[in-house]
Order: sequence, then C-alpha cells, then structure tokens
Amino acid sequence: MSHCLSAVTLALLLTACSKRATSGSTVLNVSYDPTRELYADVNVAFAKQWQTTHGITLNIEQSHGGSGKQARAVIDGLQADVVTLALAGDIDEIARQTKLLPSDWQAKLPDHSSPYTSTIVLVVRKGNPKGIKDWGDLVKDGMQVITPNPKTSGGARWNYLAAWAWAAKEYHGDQAQILAYMTRLFKNVPVLGTGARDSTSTFAKQGKGDVLLAWENEAYLIDREFPGLADIIYPSLSILAEPPVAVVEANAAKHGSTQAARAYLEFLYTDEAQAMVAKHFYRPRKPEIAAQATLRLPDLPMVSVDADFGGWAKAQATHFNDGGTFDQVIKP
Amino acid sequence: MHHRSATTESAPVRWLLIGLALLALSLFLFLPLLAVFVEALRRGVDVFFASLQSPAALSAVRLTLTAAAVSVPLNTVFGVAAAWGVTKYRFRGRALLLSLIDLPFAVSPVIAGLVWVLLFGAQGWFGPWLAEHDIRIIFELPGIILATVFVTFPFVARELIPLMESQGSDQELAAVTLGASGWQIFRRITLPNIKWGLLYGVLLCNARAMGEFGAVSVVSGHIRGKTNTLPLHIEVLYNEYQFSAAFACATLLGLLALLTLGLKTAVEQLTHQRASRRT
Amino acid sequence: MSKPRVIPGFGLSLGFTVTYLSLIILIPLAALFVKAGGLGPAEWWRILSAPRVLAAAKLTFGASAAAATVSVGMGLLVTWVLVRYRFPGRRVLDAMVDLPFALPTAVAGITLTSIYAPNGWIGHYLAGWGIQGAYSPFGVFIALTFIGFPFVVRTVQPVMEDLGSELEEAAATLGASRWTVFWRVILPALLPALITGFTLAFARAIGEYGSVIFISGNLPMKTEILPLLIVSQLEQYKYREAAVIAAGMLIVSFALLFFINLLQRQLNWHKR
Repeated sequence: MSHCLSAVTLALLLTACSKRATSGSTVLNVSYDPTRELYADVNVAFAKQWQTTHGITLNIEQSHGGSGKQARAVIDGLQADVVTLALAGDIDEIARQTKLLPSDWQAKLPDHSSPYTSTIVLVVRKGNPKGIKDWGDLVKDGMQVITPNPKTSGGARWNYLAAWAWAAKEYHGDQAQILAYMTRLFKNVPVLGTGARDSTSTFAKQGKGDVLLAWENEAYLIDREFPGLADIIYPSLSILAEPPVAVVEANAAKHGSTQAARAYLEFLYTDEAQAMVAKHFYRPRKPEIAAQATLRLPDLPMVSVDADFGGWAKAQATHFNDGGTFDQVIKP
Repeated sequence: MHHRSATTESAPVRWLLIGLALLALSLFLFLPLLAVFVEALRRGVDVFFASLQSPAALSAVRLTLTAAAVSVPLNTVFGVAAAWGVTKYRFRGRALLLSLIDLPFAVSPVIAGLVWVLLFGAQGWFGPWLAEHDIRIIFELPGIILATVFVTFPFVARELIPLMESQGSDQELAAVTLGASGWQIFRRITLPNIKWGLLYGVLLCNARAMGEFGAVSVVSGHIRGKTNTLPLHIEVLYNEYQFSAAFACATLLGLLALLTLGLKTAVEQLTHQRASRRT
Repeated sequence: MSKPRVIPGFGLSLGFTVTYLSLIILIPLAALFVKAGGLGPAEWWRILSAPRVLAAAKLTFGASAAAATVSVGMGLLVTWVLVRYRFPGRRVLDAMVDLPFALPTAVAGITLTSIYAPNGWIGHYLAGWGIQGAYSPFGVFIALTFIGFPFVVRTVQPVMEDLGSELEEAAATLGASRWTVFWRVILPALLPALITGFTLAFARAIGEYGSVIFISGNLPMKTEILPLLIVSQLEQYKYREAAVIAAGMLIVSFALLFFINLLQRQLNWHKR
C-alpha cells in the first residue's frame, strides 16, 4: 500500500514536470526589481519589431526579484535566456559558479554591457523640513535614514558605496573617519528593508523616516505614485550605477533562442529603447536621447565602482561579505 | 434550572468572556482584514474587479488551486495514517516520530524552499541527472507542489492526534473482539469519531497551502503569468505600486476563510439531519 | 510496548507514515545537513557563536515563546466562547480564526505593519503611550501571535466539542463550584490539546519569515530574526553558511519539540 502510494506520488510529480517549448519563440528575461515598468514597455516594442522582421510572435517572459536572489535562481537552474541585473557582481557569480555564460560576458555588448545607467539620490519629505542637502546631513542627531540592507539588496550596496565615496572625499581617504561616518549614518537607520521596494514602501506608505536613499529612477517613481509626498535632493557626489545585461548563452542555445535573445539585448541600445529608458527615469547611454527627454536628469559628480572601488569582486569582499566594513559599521 | 446553571456560567460571566474574545479577535483579526478590504477598494470597485480578471491573476489562481489540489489530498492521507499509527499503538520512538511530524512547522519557509533546491537545483544532488533528462522540477510546477507539501505536511496529522488521543481506543478494541477488520473499524468507528477534526485539518491544510509564500517564493522563479502563485502575484503587484490590485487579490484569499465557513456549516447541518433521522 | 497491538493496521499506518515522512521531510533535510557538514565543527562554532546570530536567536526564540504563550491564553478564551456559547456572529467569528492561515504571510506583514506603524490605526495610540508598535521586538511579537494563534484554537476546538457534559454534571451534583469544575475537570481534559497548540504556534513562529521582515525593522542585534540571517548568507552565495545556521536552528527547534512531546507523554501516563 505504502509503495503504491509513493509510486503514485512520484508519477504525479513526474507528469507535472513540464517541458518548455524549444522552438525559440520564447525569451525569459530574469531581472531585478525596479525594472518592471521599463521592460513592460521594451518587451512590447521588441516583440512587435521581431514580428515584422521575422514573422514570429515572440513571447517574452518576465521575472523580477532582488538581484542576488535572481542570480541565485539562474545558478540553481532557472531557465533564463537573458539576465538584466542590478550589478555586474551578480552576473559574474553566475559565470563563476556555472558554465552558462563566459567570464568575459561584459565585453559582448557596448558600454560594459550596460545599456543605461542610474545613480543614487536622497529622497526627503515634501518641502525638505529637515533641510537635508548632502550626505553630511544624514548623520545629524535625530535624523532617520531609510535604506535597505546591503546584505540582502543590490540597490543598498550602491547606496552604501555612494555614502562611502562621499565620506572618502570629505575625510581625504582617512579610513577611521570614513568608518566613523558610516557608523553614525547606520545608527540613524531605524528600519533596514530587505529590498529596495521594501524600503520605499516603509518611507512612502508607512510614513517612516526623514530621508530615503534610493535609485534615481525609483525616486521619480515615488513622485509619480505618491504625488506631493517627497522631494528629490541631488547630493554633491554620488555613484554611477551601471546595471548590466547578458545573454545566458548555454540556456539560450538549449532553447534555440540565441538569436532572439541577442537581438533583444541589442535592441536596448536602439533609439527607440533608449527613449523608453529615459521615459522611466534611467540615464540613456545616448546623449542625444537624454537631451530629447521630457525630464532632464541633472549632471552631478559621480564615482564608479571600477575606478574607485576596484570592481565589484573587490568591493563585495571589502565591504559586504562577512567581516567586511558593513559588519564593522553595524557592530553595536 | 439548577442543573443548567451547574454546567454553564452565569449570564454576566458569559457576556464578559464573549466580550473579551471579541475584543481580542477584533484587534488581531478584524482590523487586518478590514485594512485589506479598505486598501482593495480604495481605487473603486472597477479596479477591484479588473485586477481579479487580469490574465496574470487568473493564471496565479489556477496555479495556486493546482498546487493545493495535489498537496492537500497527499497530506490528508498521510495525516490519517500517521494519527492512527501514533495514537492506536505504543512503541519505542513514538515521541521522536511525533516531533518529526511537527518539525516542518519549525522549518523556516526559506529553508523549506532551499532544501528542494539543494536536491533538485542545477547544483543539487540530482541536478545533473535531471538536466541530462531534461526534467525540470525547481522553478516549475513540481517544485511549487513539493514546497507546498513540505510546508503543509503536519496539518491534518496534528489536528487528529490530540483528538484521537483524547478519545482513546476503547471502541476500536471492542470492535476487534467482535471480529471487525481494520478497514471496517476505521470506516465505521474511527472515521465518524474524528470527522470534525479531519475536516478542520483539511481546511487548515488547504488554507495554508493556498497562502504559502516564503517556501514557494524560493522555488518559483517568479515568471509572470507562469510560475507565480496567488501570494507571489500579490507581492509582484505590491512591488509595482499597484496596492489596490494587490489587496484585491489578497481579499480572494481572505474570502477563502469565509468559503471554508460555508463548507463547514453545510457539512455540520448535513450530519445533524442524518443523526436526527436515525434516532 | 505496554499494550499488545490488537488493533490491526500497525504495519500499514506506520509504514506509510515513515515512508512519506522520509521522502518529504527527512531526505530533503538530510540534504541540508550534508551541505552544512561541508564545514568543520570549528566553522560551525564560529558561525553559530557570532554575536549577531546569538542576538537573532534570542529574539526569534524569545518572541516565539511569548507569542505562543499569549496565543494559548487567547486561544483558550476564544475556543471556549465559540464552542460553549451561542451568540449572533459566532459563525463569522469562527471563520475569521483561519484568516492568518489564508492570508499570505507577506500580506499579513504589510497589513500589520500599516496598522501598527506610528501613523497606523493602532500604532498612533501606542505611540501616544510611548510604545513603538512596528519596527521593534514588540512588532515581531505581534506578527508571531497573529501567525500562531489559530493553531491553538483549531487544536483545542475539536477536543472541546468532543468533551461530553457527563463529567461536569457529575462534578456539579457533587457540589463542585464552576471554577473547580473548570480547573479539575475541563482543563485537564484540554491540556494535551493546549500543549499541542502551544507547540504548533511556537514551532511555526520560530520559522516565520514573510510577515516578520516587514514589521520588524531588521536591525542587526536588535530586531533581526534568524531566518533573515539565513537569507543574508544566501545573498552572499554562501550556501554552506546558510545551511549551518538553518541546521543549528533546526536542531534547537527539534530538541524543543521533542522535549514538549516527552512532557506530553508523561502527562498522558499520569492520567491513566
């Protein structure tokens, strides 16, 4: 009886195992959280273009989640044809742990494989009642700063590095003083969200905190979704965020979707897609598109992970792994 | 009249207790439910119904129902067998077995998902073999079902065990001496005795199966319109700032509790009718 | 051991139970332990004795125990009222108890946060009294009570419904007061179910993730729970370290469950 039942269980599970159509008419884009609105537009436009050029109705499937979690899902077997994540470190990890894509993936597409950029800004309550102008104001007594946890959120790592870069400049690279600043900054954090959108809703929906550290595009989105709630403050220095994209070559080859996947990512660099990038408050790579955008995102001095932090692998090890600077900063 | 007051409380005590229970429940249960409905209807009834009819929502509902339809019966059969074995016999290792049955409750949903990834993920024990045969478990329906089964594993068993424990085995023993077979004993004696507990167990198991979030989130892959269950779809909507739509879908799961009530009442009345006809 | 196995079905029921248990629970958990076993005892010790892990463990187990205790009190009251009394709205109340099961934990977390946040319906009263609802250990306790409370009601309810009034009547005829009847007759009969309810609420609370991360604030050393630490290890692609924390948590939970089940067996024996 028991064997019979377990056999039935197994049979049920096996019949439930689905095999995906491998005709190359489907592309699965595994992406991070804030790009939902962008890819919703891009997918429609690209599918339409693919239909006219190839006569095939392309079905673009979309998956969103925290950048690290998504990378892990791909490592564990999520059948992504393309990945569009928050930081190069996460795609590096896929390349390192699996043979799904080559380690020089970042050289396959222009601009380090990141078709758009963004930065980190300060979002304050309407009218800026606390008079926040720059990173230095965040460590004042009684200030409440909302940011996600760098251990669980890709966006939070950009926030952390941006604050670090400002402190490094302010204190002329004096490690002890930078750490002291970061410690005071995180003393003012009452809630560490697990993801970027989690922190956004803490700030916007729950009304907690005086300032939110956020992606620039998220900041404008807050302004659109919660009109009259917040102002955006550009600090004196921030960080150039370059969210990368890549074809997961082994998966795409298996699904017969290599051509479509590659064309999909190349499409992101076209004028049409770059205009969508601008529409969703990212910074297009093409200056002429940025100039045409209805909303001009202001120029500001920005550091970069590669030039100022020695690349993601080093930044991750120095700051975010166990025993890194973040662990020292939050030590009681 | 004297007889009555001996087995119940005086009216003031009764109403005090009812009042206290109501207060506790309103703080803990009514308010959250109310908040869910308020949020769901904030943008009006049209948005409410539109968000329930979107293709992504419908596919999520379908997936959630499928996962529950497989995992609830499996765990019900297990629950009855386990409760029978644990309460009708005394054997070495009984407390150990009981604790093992409880264990999935204490396993964090994150772990409940992770263990399947460790087994069937691309880097897992069976990963290479599965990839060779092009069988996909994680990030597809089977993974979602496995995670749901794991999380809802103890519900029926745990509902039945204290009940059967308190009922004892005297009736069953009597039936044995009269020469009844095991199946007859179960169907004629045990089942009627435990039917309420069984029903509660199944309903709980089902509610939990449909509401599970953490474990399923680990093994789902979050592909919109394909591997998002209803709770995952709600998270997606929430993260897209579609708060009303998110809470509208949440009311679906809240309504599940009310549906459960309807079912329970129906079964109760049915059995009462039968009982009164027999006497 | 004490009784001859006269009721048929021993082999079948236990055989199936153990097979199914192994397939669904034990083998997957074994995978976890094998993963964690990839690290030596020294590493285990280093990971589990980290101050952050210890602080999170204290919060997780402490808040879970507190929540389970309150759940038992509240659950007993609510079950009593639901089973013993007839009043308008009883059925709706009965249905409402399942709500925390049906509501996805993330929705529960978001909703509870919005109610207990400083600008929420209850939160702003609490703030008036100087109590912080959401984003504090108290918030964790609230979420865990919400999650665990139905377990108590649903385990006690069938037993209470089954409880005949013969014993109570007999006790009453012998002149026992209502209180005495409750303490001496009703409560002992309910005790196994109450303990089961406590165990389930407690066990469930230890593992809870979805609702807590929204309401807790997630501050290291203050409001961070163990499952979140597991997730942060995973985010660093450290499966083994994550497995070690998970395994440690599992061992402690299992020891607690085992202890409670032994205790319950003692109770049952005393009754015989």
